[in-house]
Amino acid sequence: MTVLRRLYFILVALFLAAPLIVVAGVSVNQKQELTFPPKGFSLAWYGQIFNDPEWRLALIHSVTLAICSAAIAVAIALPLAWFLWRRIAPWANIFQVLGLAPFILPPVITALGFLSFWATVGLFGQFYTAIISHAIFFVTLPLVTLSLGFASIDRSLVEAASTMGADDRAVLKTVVLPLILPYLVSGFAFAFVLSLNEYIVAYMTIGFTTETLPIKIFNALRYGYTPTMAAVSIFFVTVAALVFGAIAYFGDIRRLLGAMSSDTE
Amino acid sequence: MPGLSINSITKRFADFAAVDDISLSVPDGKFVCLLGPSGCGKTTLLRMIAGLEEPTSGAIVLDGDDITRVPTHKRNLGMVFQSLALFPHLTVGENIAYALRIRGASKDDQRKRVDELLAMIHLTGFADRPVAKLSGGQRQRVAIARALALSPKLFLLDEPLSALDAKLREAMQVELRQLQQRLGITTIVVTHDQREAMTMADLVVVMGKGKILQAASPIEIYRKPADAFVADFIGITNLLPAEADSAGRTTVLGAAVPGVALPTGSAKATISIRPEDIHFSSPGAGAIAGTVSFVRDLGGTVETFVEAGGTTIVAVATPRERPNVSVGQAIGVVLPPESCVVLQP
Amino acid sequence: MRREPPRSLADYAPLFFPALMLIVFFVVPFSIMIAVSFFKRNPAGFYTPDFVFDNYARFLTTFFGSVLGFSLLLAILVAVCCVVIAFPFTYLLTKRSRAVQTVWLVGLLSVLSLSEVIIGFAWSTLFSRTAGITNLFVAIGLMKEPVALLPSFWAVLTGMVYQALPYTILVLYPALVRLDPTLLEAARTLGASPVRAFFNVVTPALRNTIVATLIMVFVFALGSYLLPQILGRPSNWTLSVLITDQAIYQSNMPFAAAMAVFLVLISLALVGLTLLAGRKENAL
Repeated sequence: MTVLRRLYFILVALFLAAPLIVVAGVSVNQKQELTFPPKGFSLAWYGQIFNDPEWRLALIHSVTLAICSAAIAVAIALPLAWFLWRRIAPWANIFQVLGLAPFILPPVITALGFLSFWATVGLFGQFYTAIISHAIFFVTLPLVTLSLGFASIDRSLVEAASTMGADDRAVLKTVVLPLILPYLVSGFAFAFVLSLNEYIVAYMTIGFTTETLPIKIFNALRYGYTPTMAAVSIFFVTVAALVFGAIAYFGDIRRLLGAMSSDTE
Repeated sequence: MPGLSINSITKRFADFAAVDDISLSVPDGKFVCLLGPSGCGKTTLLRMIAGLEEPTSGAIVLDGDDITRVPTHKRNLGMVFQSLALFPHLTVGENIAYALRIRGASKDDQRKRVDELLAMIHLTGFADRPVAKLSGGQRQRVAIARALALSPKLFLLDEPLSALDAKLREAMQVELRQLQQRLGITTIVVTHDQREAMTMADLVVVMGKGKILQAASPIEIYRKPADAFVADFIGITNLLPAEADSAGRTTVLGAAVPGVALPTGSAKATISIRPEDIHFSSPGAGAIAGTVSFVRDLGGTVETFVEAGGTTIVAVATPRERPNVSVGQAIGVVLPPESCVVLQP
Repeated sequence: MRREPPRSLADYAPLFFPALMLIVFFVVPFSIMIAVSFFKRNPAGFYTPDFVFDNYARFLTTFFGSVLGFSLLLAILVAVCCVVIAFPFTYLLTKRSRAVQTVWLVGLLSVLSLSEVIIGFAWSTLFSRTAGITNLFVAIGLMKEPVALLPSFWAVLTGMVYQALPYTILVLYPALVRLDPTLLEAARTLGASPVRAFFNVVTPALRNTIVATLIMVFVFALGSYLLPQILGRPSNWTLSVLITDQAIYQSNMPFAAAMAVFLVLISLALVGLTLLAGRKENAL
């Protein structure tokens, strides 16, 4: 039984890791060719991401897009989640549904919605349209983490603060915000990583004028492979693993993903 | 008029009255326990005094001011919650200083007051510890100190000791009472533990189904319970049927109890008698005939269970006056008339 | 603190910005897309306003019918594969220590967040002749010479299962981690082996969860827009690919919008079913 179980874990791990291992191998090829196992060893392709003007520009676009859109997503989700927690207003749940919808629907649909919208209002192709579109597309993530964060606040803490003279604003500043800060940070981080990787919405809003890294990879795919693509892919996986690793290290990722409490051991 | 007065307070949740037209007056500086089983409305009453629930009708008056609609944060009170509600993101010192910080007190003043309060609860030097590192009893004290930081007019505690183990709980009861007497602060505690209420309170308010059943001093509640519910809820008691015989004398389970008068006009009533008031005699005249069914020797006390007339009577004695009885023995049970309380039907 | 209904305009203030953003940038775009689906194609620009059903009428062609049928079948196949692999895996994962669970969750999230572009690129590399898995088979003597495993239906299926598997595990995780362990212990004390207890107790207890997960993964797989394009032949294209193709390369926004509206309706109907299944679970 134990052997079988271990084998099962190994197989799943192998399945999930295999393409990444191959891509990692390809990314250190000495020459500009796509072979595995790699011939020779070189980290030059990683340097390309930062040195080649085109790749560097795409990187800057991607990071700018991810930071700005994650910040706006949090700015939308925070007051909404706070309101839903603080007030009894069943009809306001419609906004929660609206916040969750873009993420549950197939992404092509949301992307096409944005394309129709920006084309109709005549702003198609502007960089900030992608920022706003991503903010709406990923608002689900901070909304979910923040709702979890608010739900985890023991309401007697807020009551205790008010018996000690704190009004609504003081409670928010001294009790609520410090307590949900970890959830706010993870919401931002989730939105950041997913925005960094997002292709179709970015493509349908600014794909004809600007290249983000995923768009650049896809465009490059059509003209043949370069090891830089592999290097970028590994770079992305590393960023994601670092961000989620940090969330797990400083916070409680099991709780964020639905385990009831941190002390089930 | 100094003190707290509660005038015809009612709280309805949908069509259920959690607190049903309660009036109560608490003199300045007194210690009151709201006592009752869960769901009796005691916590709701306390939360209305704190402003955490809004009464459906009625008024709450503190020192002559109607505070019924005053929001919690302007009521100048200190409260200890059942969960303690210590802020997990703040240290012990920051927790205690919270009320001062909210009012914009200077860092120096905060520090000074925190040191005073920590000394009061015997936790000097704990200011910089995180709350999570404290033991249950220490957390308890920090919660109390935090609530008293601004010397409030009113000190409210909701089941404050329920998370502690039995021994620590009893010690904290004594400590809390001594602290309250030293500070002379009007205090209201919600509890379901009658021992706790007896230990601490000047005034015990027994509640049931949203109403006050009896409000009196602990010893009066114990000696003169108003009804069968109170008698049974406070300590252990024997509830026995009493009736008038043809000659008009009051009898309990066939034995005459002279000097105990039934309410005028009724031929039947229930009497309450505490186990420690019961004596045994040899079977015969003037005593209830019974059979010993079980003897529980707890070391400090001895409980004797006697089957008589279809009910079980329990008597308690100290080991020194231990009755010399054994299971199966036929004996007489004597009820001293001065210890019998005739209950309202 | 009392939760109370908002009374003054100021109480509503926190809602203004989120409501504004969501309405202007989600509800309005969505409505425009629905409107566009009734417009006429304009080869020079995006579209010409009109009110025609032509775009929807095109659904009635055999070509569209076969794409739709293929999309649905593929998504069903992906959902079934994922749940079959993920359910026992997630169950076993919840029995491991917290540290092990955390490491796995971080890994799963990292894979889940991967761009579809990168997943497509990675699998096309793994299935390629020059850098692919067949080189490994050659090296250990299983094959004579490396071959390309794509484009093919199996490559598409593998890629999509890869994409959806972390999602499936993360959807199943909350339900399984909260499963009452005494349920299983009770079965064990009654003499059931761990495997039997898993099939006789855990699986039936979570029947509705499994159904809901199948539907969610199905919708997720319906949304895959690049993998069929990168890993498959044109005959392996799905509705999502077709929408992208029509919107971007054929510049036929109205037709793309009509297909998108259709896809929304399918997805919404299925999400509705999920919620219904979830409600039943809670009622039990």
